[in-house]
Amino acid sequence: MNTSTTSISPGRRIWLRFKQNRRGYWSLILFSVLFAISMAADVVSNDKPLAVRYNGQIMFPIFQTYSEKVFGGDFDTPADYLDPFIQDQFKRDGNWAIYPINRYRYDTLNYFAKSPNPAPPSADNWLGTDDRGRDVFARLLYGFRVSVLFGLALTITGVILGVVTGAIQGYFAGRTDLFFQRFMEIWGSMPELYLLIIFASIFEPGFGLLLILLSLFGWMGLSDYVRADFLRNRNLEYVQAARAIGLSNRQIIWRHVLPNSLTPVVTFLPFRMSAAILALTSLDFLGLGVPPPTPSLGELLAQGKNNLDAWWIATSTFVALTMMLLLLTNIGDALRNALDVRRKA
Amino acid sequence: MSLLDVQNLKVAFGSSTVVSDVSFSIAAGEKFALVGESGSGKTVTSLSILRLNHDAQYGGRILFEGEDLLKKTEAAMRGVRGKDVAMIFQEPMTALNPLFTIGNQIAEVLMLHEGISAKAAALRAVELLDKTGIPEPARRALAFPHQLSGGQRQRAMIAMALACRPKLLIADEPTTALDVTIQVQILELLNQLQREENMAVLMITHDLNLVRHFADRVGVMEKGRLVETATTHDLFVQPREPYTRKLLASRPQRVVSTVEENAAPLLTAEKMRCTFTLKQGWFKKTHFVAVDNVDVQLKPHETLGIVGESGSGKSTLGMALLRLSSAEVHGRIAFVGKPISEMPSAALRPLRARMQVVFQDPFASLSPRRTIEQIVGEGLELHQPQLGRVGLRREVANALSEVGLAPEMMSRYPHEFSGGQRQRIAIARALVLKPDLILLDEPTSSLDVSVQQQVLLLLAELQRKYGMAYLFISHDLAVIRAMAHRVMVMKDGKVVESGKTEDVLSNPSQVYTQRLLAAATYSTLSKTGARMSQAGVAPA
Repeated sequence: MNTSTTSISPGRRIWLRFKQNRRGYWSLILFSVLFAISMAADVVSNDKPLAVRYNGQIMFPIFQTYSEKVFGGDFDTPADYLDPFIQDQFKRDGNWAIYPINRYRYDTLNYFAKSPNPAPPSADNWLGTDDRGRDVFARLLYGFRVSVLFGLALTITGVILGVVTGAIQGYFAGRTDLFFQRFMEIWGSMPELYLLIIFASIFEPGFGLLLILLSLFGWMGLSDYVRADFLRNRNLEYVQAARAIGLSNRQIIWRHVLPNSLTPVVTFLPFRMSAAILALTSLDFLGLGVPPPTPSLGELLAQGKNNLDAWWIATSTFVALTMMLLLLTNIGDALRNALDVRRKA
Repeated sequence: MSLLDVQNLKVAFGSSTVVSDVSFSIAAGEKFALVGESGSGKTVTSLSILRLNHDAQYGGRILFEGEDLLKKTEAAMRGVRGKDVAMIFQEPMTALNPLFTIGNQIAEVLMLHEGISAKAAALRAVELLDKTGIPEPARRALAFPHQLSGGQRQRAMIAMALACRPKLLIADEPTTALDVTIQVQILELLNQLQREENMAVLMITHDLNLVRHFADRVGVMEKGRLVETATTHDLFVQPREPYTRKLLASRPQRVVSTVEENAAPLLTAEKMRCTFTLKQGWFKKTHFVAVDNVDVQLKPHETLGIVGESGSGKSTLGMALLRLSSAEVHGRIAFVGKPISEMPSAALRPLRARMQVVFQDPFASLSPRRTIEQIVGEGLELHQPQLGRVGLRREVANALSEVGLAPEMMSRYPHEFSGGQRQRIAIARALVLKPDLILLDEPTSSLDVSVQQQVLLLLAELQRKYGMAYLFISHDLAVIRAMAHRVMVMKDGKVVESGKTEDVLSNPSQVYTQRLLAAATYSTLSKTGARMSQAGVAPA
């Protein structure tokens, strides 16, 4: 053994193996780029210009609301930058405006549209508009962001709950495990969808409520895997050795058992995320999800179903959704292979 | 003409060549042994004969009755496997399918190769089981693998291998997973069947003592090469190659320092009793008594050897003495004058630094996701927080060089080390706390012989230097003989015999100890078994 070779930590070796899977690696990059763009959606797709120069003054409408009067209008209402009159003002001597790439927000209604709604794709609306005249591209972009953020939040809460409960059951085993397992059986047999419908009619449905309700049930699948890994690892000799050194239970769990039991957690992350996104999409589709006018893929799908002749709504949503889930599945696949110790790098 | 003729065999997996230029031959009815340490390529060589290696590229020739097995089609090979050449494996529990009865599994081979009906095959299976000496063969044929003991499982494996009267039996460490007394029985059985059927046996093993009493000829393998082939007699009397000499010399040597006779005891335990709850009903519990009424006394600087076969309760006792057992423990334990048997575990924590453990399997005892520095330094961090980062590093480096590892290795992870090195790391982890007592639970049994000897010497050296007491648990009498001042022989949870090592191991007073000793040296085997002359072979 050569002492000069730098040693690679197990985590780093997994990353190197992950990178070897080109499909998964590029999926991760593409997904990250899409996510980054969607996080900057307010700059990419907005109905307000990023910056304007009007009569020698530089203003930033994207951050500040200006009255129509500021730009020579008649009313003291927020300026509508899609108004041809306002647009003309910016074209006059020395004035300019920098617009976002797409000139609509998810809830922008274009009162000056050239064709009736829903409008097919055109130079103005790249992916057309929905039945209320809102830009489909903007709604997809913002909807993607909501979906991914929701997926992330649900995955994180689910993972934390699942790991904690799984760790408690697996590490302490015996009676603790027995009672917890029975509790999970009872809890798991509650009809999730009915609860959602009931709660949606009692409370105002929203991001937070959906997150809480779905989290309450989403941790159980993962908990079982973590529990099984803990049950196995707690009997390994390095845990015994840690006990012999005199570490407390908490220290043993945190330093020794947990890092060695995370394989199922990491493997399932992308799959859990795509499942969470699908859950939100289907609830939105059924009208039980986030309230309007929040942009959501499920709501777009429902519109596509209701306006079958407006093929662009259903098609573009379908493509966006499929691509997102496909990317996540590719990442998950690569991650699973990378974590499989039987495969060599 | 020889039955099997391996010529310039080369086996490679991808770009790494594992076996190169290996040539040997086995005559019909001959017992040939391949000896070597782990990683020497002996198992790969034997699997090559049946072409059972996954994704391997072969070179050279393997002639079986004049036909080259490496040139045969996969379909033709299936006709050879199990029919002309059969194989038995080290671990019968994993080599047998847990979902089928053993009778079923034996019958399957017969139906496949001899094309007889299911009914006839079932009858033959019982016959074969009877031949391997399993009691009540008709009942055992209906048993599942987990319902049999380790020895019975290996007998069932042998019955399966012999089903089609193979001309060559490949036995890959067939006794390694078994207790010593069972080992002898299995070897006797192999001997007897080999003579009756006149089949050739290729025995793969690391146990030189076994080879001496079993094989006619021996091949010694090192790093994928066959370094020496000779008759067993010649090899043991006049080994030619330095590697063979090194292997032969690596029998454990006795290395013990003197103990002060009237020092106050470090650890005393009285009336130790450990039980496990087997079945828990509403009204009654069924217990399994793993350790029953055992007294232990250990002085500073002393090594107490605890010997016994698997299931004798020796590990349970060891863990119970350190309050690490999951069993229900009764009895009084005093360590450095403090009664630790009733102490709450929080109060016990400071004392943990003074009693440490080294486990059997160095692959399982080091957490794979922590660096060597973290592993060795963990105890220090807890028990001596005043050291600080720099002091901690220094202590870890000291402990590593103490066990013969370069301190630069401390930023590495366990998977980068060999078994022997890992065991040194485990010893360093125990040593770094400067304990008074180390429990050594089979510390060398998963190591190769030459490495085993190094680790034993290291342990003896450390004891001389720091004066620790060892509780040395082992099934290997040679190791206990080398290391222990006093020895305790355990069977079924009870102490059969105890006393000074020399007295117990040279003049055992109990029948069980005598049997254990005889089995460990295979002395009974040589009388009934091997055909070769015993002249010139000194007892181990």
